[in-house]
Amino acid sequence: MTGVRILVGTRKGAFVLTSDGKRQKWDIGGPHFAGWEIYHLKGSPANPGRLYASQSTGWFGQQIQRSDDGGQTWQSAGNEFSYDGIPGTHQWYDGTPHPWEFARVWHLEPSLHDPDTVYAGVEDAALFRSSDGGQSWQELSGLRNHDTGSHWQPGAGGMCLHTILLDPVHEGRMFAAISSAGAFRSDDAGETWRPVTKGLRSEFMPDPEAEIGHCVHRIAMHPSRPDVLFMQKHWDVMRSDNAGESWHEISGDLPTDFGFPISVHAHEPDTVYVVPITSDSLHFPPDGRLRVYRSRAGGNEWEPLTAGLPQQNCYVNVLRDAMDVDSVDECGIYFGTTGGQVYASADAGDTWSAVVRDLPAVLSVEVQTLS
Amino acid sequence: MIRVELPAHLRTLAGVGREVALDLPADGRAGVTLGEALDALEARYPVLRGTMRDHGTGCRRAFVRFFACKEDLSHEPPDYPLPEPVLRGSEPLLVVGAVAGG
Repeated sequence: MTGVRILVGTRKGAFVLTSDGKRQKWDIGGPHFAGWEIYHLKGSPANPGRLYASQSTGWFGQQIQRSDDGGQTWQSAGNEFSYDGIPGTHQWYDGTPHPWEFARVWHLEPSLHDPDTVYAGVEDAALFRSSDGGQSWQELSGLRNHDTGSHWQPGAGGMCLHTILLDPVHEGRMFAAISSAGAFRSDDAGETWRPVTKGLRSEFMPDPEAEIGHCVHRIAMHPSRPDVLFMQKHWDVMRSDNAGESWHEISGDLPTDFGFPISVHAHEPDTVYVVPITSDSLHFPPDGRLRVYRSRAGGNEWEPLTAGLPQQNCYVNVLRDAMDVDSVDECGIYFGTTGGQVYASADAGDTWSAVVRDLPAVLSVEVQTLS
Repeated sequence: MIRVELPAHLRTLAGVGREVALDLPADGRAGVTLGEALDALEARYPVLRGTMRDHGTGCRRAFVRFFACKEDLSHEPPDYPLPEPVLRGSEPLLVVGAVAGG
């Protein structure tokens, strides 16, 4: 019997939501790490019982937690993230050089093959890897030491590496996205990197088509077709058909192309989901109506999905890591809001219901499909 | 033996109660410094490394304070000697999280 486990990171702890393959009744587990910010937690594709969680507070810093039983029990792992060598500087808000300073782990990406190998995207932007189950961390400094690194600048939310995509087909290829430096690709397992931003256009930059400085919010990939990437940018929904070598806009008929998350249907590589947000200054859905938009054409043509979602007086946001899909035969879609709701659709987005309504603000949603 | 009182989040993290006892001062030593007390605390509970002091620099984290005998020791150097009542165990060394809310 298939089961589904939703891993929810919130401002005040982690929650584990479980259901059978019907996805109608849910058990709510947690809070784990009550009172701590859980920016992200994610399971190993190679061993779904192995979970990693990023736990932090402004008071007491960063912790990494690890579970080997699907989130029932947890053990503290290593929490020392030291930049490789002399870290140098990036640009600060006033244009002056600012030393790289570790703040927190935004995203954890377990290896596709080895449960003990996991990548961490951190603020200030850098990529770390552990090959011992999170006990120790080494920076893959080729990214931060890219020629452009000293020119990277934080956005208002901090300079975070928030997206890590591992290509399941091309060995050694991976992607990373940084706010607000842009998108990067490695073809040698993270040793060296290059920007992949051709075709992106950001009006808030002095040169809107510059190589560096784009505020990428999230990139998604379907594992069967890893050369096709979908990107939700600060403004604009974009697509690449050549592993990031170039991008073209697919915002099409969306009511607004600002937003944070973007996901791809588990079985239909051209079915894409976004959650349009009014604007960069109004981080809530247009007209107070929470609508997921789905394109079955790989972009440009979008349909609103509203059944079961609040269509009045809704002023929540959906953050970049807070939407995911399951791989049950009829694909399920899930997202969490800053209002503490976790919504689920067991029919690819046609209808929605709230799994839980009153959690702390949701920072991340990851879904595991269990056999 | 000295007593150290921890804030709620660090108690949960270390799996201890409100207060822990450390076997200090070491044999043959008369005093204990603030840095030695924190070193001993982290050695006994490794999960607390990085939570009170930065891993790289050893500096106190901004929103953590160290109090003892109604004095704020937060800005004292690591070699600052803990007060006599703390050494006797009649007063705890307090690790405090800064107040915040709203």
